[in-house]
Amino acid sequence: MTDPLIWLIVLPLAWATLAFALGPGRGAWVAMAGLLAQLWLAFALAQKIGAGGAALSHAVGGWGAPLGIDLAVDGLSAAMLLLTQCVALPLAVYARSYFKTGDPAGVWFWPLLGFLIAGLNALFVSADLFNIYVTLELVGLAAVALVAAGGGAQQVAAALRYLFATLLGSGAYLLGVALLYGAYGTVSIATLTPLVTGEAPRLVWIAGILMVSGLMLKTALFPFHFWLPPAHGGAPAPVSALLSALVVKASFYLILRLWLGPLQPLLPVFAWGMALLGAAAIFWGSWQAIRAVKLKRLIAYSTVAQLGYLFLIFPLLANPAALKAGVIQIFAHGLAKAGMFAAAGVMIKATGQDTVAGLAGAVERLPVTLFAFGLAGMTLMGLPPSSGFLAKWQIIEAALAQGYWIIAVVALAGGLLAAVYVFRVLRQAFLLAPEGRAMATVPRALEWSAFALAAASVLLGLRGVELMRLVGGA
Amino acid sequence: MNTQELLPLAVLFSSLLPGLVIFALPESWIAVRTTLNLFGAIAKLGLVFLLLAGVHAGGSYGVRFEVLPGLDLALKADALGLLFITLSAILWLFTTLYAIGYLEGAPHRSRFFGFFSLCVTATMGIAMAANLFTFFVFYELLTLSTFPLVVHRGTDKAMKGGTVYLAYTLIGGTALLTGIVWLHHLIGHTEFAHGGIAAALGGEYAGQLKIIFLLLIAGVGVKAALVPLHGWLPQAMVAPAPVSALLHAVAVVKAGAFGIVRIVYEVYGVEFAQSLNLLLPLAIIAAVTIIWGSFRALFQDDLKKRLAFSTVSQVSYIALGVALFGPIGTIGGLVHLVHQGIMKITLFFCAGNYAETLGIHKVSEMDGAGRRMPFTTLAFSIGALGMMGAPLTAGAVSKAWLMDGATAAGMAWATWVLWTSSLLNAAYFLPILWRAWLRPVPTAWPEEHIPRCGWRETAWLLLLPPMVTAAMTLAAALFADTGVSPLAWARLIAAREYIGLETP
Repeated sequence: MTDPLIWLIVLPLAWATLAFALGPGRGAWVAMAGLLAQLWLAFALAQKIGAGGAALSHAVGGWGAPLGIDLAVDGLSAAMLLLTQCVALPLAVYARSYFKTGDPAGVWFWPLLGFLIAGLNALFVSADLFNIYVTLELVGLAAVALVAAGGGAQQVAAALRYLFATLLGSGAYLLGVALLYGAYGTVSIATLTPLVTGEAPRLVWIAGILMVSGLMLKTALFPFHFWLPPAHGGAPAPVSALLSALVVKASFYLILRLWLGPLQPLLPVFAWGMALLGAAAIFWGSWQAIRAVKLKRLIAYSTVAQLGYLFLIFPLLANPAALKAGVIQIFAHGLAKAGMFAAAGVMIKATGQDTVAGLAGAVERLPVTLFAFGLAGMTLMGLPPSSGFLAKWQIIEAALAQGYWIIAVVALAGGLLAAVYVFRVLRQAFLLAPEGRAMATVPRALEWSAFALAAASVLLGLRGVELMRLVGGA
Repeated sequence: MNTQELLPLAVLFSSLLPGLVIFALPESWIAVRTTLNLFGAIAKLGLVFLLLAGVHAGGSYGVRFEVLPGLDLALKADALGLLFITLSAILWLFTTLYAIGYLEGAPHRSRFFGFFSLCVTATMGIAMAANLFTFFVFYELLTLSTFPLVVHRGTDKAMKGGTVYLAYTLIGGTALLTGIVWLHHLIGHTEFAHGGIAAALGGEYAGQLKIIFLLLIAGVGVKAALVPLHGWLPQAMVAPAPVSALLHAVAVVKAGAFGIVRIVYEVYGVEFAQSLNLLLPLAIIAAVTIIWGSFRALFQDDLKKRLAFSTVSQVSYIALGVALFGPIGTIGGLVHLVHQGIMKITLFFCAGNYAETLGIHKVSEMDGAGRRMPFTTLAFSIGALGMMGAPLTAGAVSKAWLMDGATAAGMAWATWVLWTSSLLNAAYFLPILWRAWLRPVPTAWPEEHIPRCGWRETAWLLLLPPMVTAAMTLAAALFADTGVSPLAWARLIAAREYIGLETP
């Protein structure tokens, strides 16, 4: 039991249970300690894979496929594991100060966080499609519960809508897996990959379409995004941050995994369709963000737009730079959006208002938070030297290399639209505060953990090489 | 790491680190903040002089980091970059002194000086960028770090100016990025090199290269305020005076002009650009900008706006010099990069003094200001005469070289553009001088903040910087032929840029 793969799944389950038993006060410390250990494990794993370049696998309990559960890690999954722990740890620090004692959302937060992280980690290392389904459900249910934990009528309504979407998505996925099993008699990714060819029977095509559609629904790709803004906008700030930064990325990761793996011969037919939806997501999401009245709604729509970028890479995947662009965009958006939701949470707590208009004067009272928001905004706009810029650069260059102009244009236009909604917030914060409006003081841990996440999203832009090397082996 | 690598980094960090620390300082720690600011500015100046000595002796300084495979963040300190670095470093010191005096007692000084230092860092990065990618990184950083300074006062007017500024610069940045990625895709790198890198591509890419040139020049042209991309500059004048002085007379507009120089000389190569017929359109745009800016300045009653339109006009002298094919025009353009900076910052310092001391914001309120504030008005007069190209000022030196350059390049029409501009300059500056010196003193000033104290007409921190820069305006002309003048350095650059060509 010295394998880091196992520990990355067992540890969060263990501290989730402990946190449930100990209550939110001491539970938070256990969770943070666990997350710190996981971060170290994920780093060690990434280093091992980056150095060796080879994928690692592990048969749970000594039972390999087709009977037992196989775990496998390559560069792509190691990167996702790293991102998950990197985002979760600062958010845990944030959440500890965010939830007041006695807040019901705070009581349930820690155990649910553990289950969510365990589900994500398991998802990234699973090597068969059915096992992935199980982890997908675990992630989905933990996420829905986190949204609902606040107990407000609006939150429960958003959570129910979210539950419906996520169940429908994983249901479609499961149906697809069942059809594949019927056709080939296996669900192992490694075994399936050589079996599926372009001349596959129609049933396999339907299976592929079902799986990918279900995952697109869970990724909230336009026009399946309807559930995301209420869920992400309505949840408590640390939960919104987790959902936007990590949970939607998990289903995108699976689309990518299927694309690069078993469904490779089928999916390129749909590449342009997905890119088209991605472009529509960028324009629609940005437009809604520009119009949003509430701050968190604005950020949630920005997530819809930013997820669109990820789908732009599909027609370009023949060029290895495109996959790298996708991974760095996952990182950029993950870190930046977590930082931005965290910063928004601080501003809402301090001003007592959740509208963009209520932010006037925030720059005087919350300089660190606003700086964090600005840095995260830089990444979302794709301005240098942030990691978002590296993603944009690579997408544009891959698009030019293959002569697909239009993708470059969409990526550039998306950056300008992002600037409009980011500066809408910053501009408001720079205005003079109305007379006599007091702001509540907020704990420093809140401000600085938001700052750390946002700063990480920018600083990654200066050291993208290691990450690229890690993914290069995938 | 050795000295060759450390020195450029040290130049960058000498303003970055104080800036970051200042952000974190409480508002009331005035002494610590001032010390840090001055320490950074003086340390930077010292480092820059080390670099100057090294580069003059033929040394090369540079450092690079891999950001992505095949994409480097690279800095180098070459003769051309140092021209801009030295100018910015010297003027940063004086502007810091000025800003300390100007903002005394004003709110949010930590934020102001923090972003101010970031701006200077970005400017240094632009000057030292060794490829277009690095240039772009710092170019956008400059946009972002300037925005909080433009909207510093938090009024609706400031917000409007800031929004216009962002709209122009971010769209310009997008054009620039498109051009850079395209070029990177064609060539595989975007390193600056003597004689350019684009010529190696060969004739079949001529069409694409022309479009890229248009994108790149449009991108940097926004900051250089080329007509019709200049609309943000007069709007951005709502910023506090030190910001207008350093950023909108030196750092931001010069970053654009400097970009034009780099793109023409070290990306395309001046001969290749000439063979693609790109220089003449650039010269025409520059000429139009020169005339249009001067013309608009005539009708501005707001003093800072008049100066802003004057900047629009004057910065394009640099572009014109670059577009005149030949070493003499190059020298004229490059030396004007320095000279215009010194003269224009003097004028902005003085405008700030009038506003802070007497509440004068408009040209029509300037009557008798010279009697009340003789030293400021003297400095203002020297700057204004320099702008007109009066003898014994820095402006005369640059204009003479530009005129010779135009003649040598066979573009006699450009000399007429310069003459017309000089006339227009006189037409909008001389009335100010006439009002300030010769009109009677009014019974009351619009809003007198700082009372006279003996011979000292205003706070000494406000008075010293314009006096020094005015003296530099004269010194740059009087000592133009010595080895330490901006002119001498511009000739050094031209000699290295036009290798194999006869240099004067």
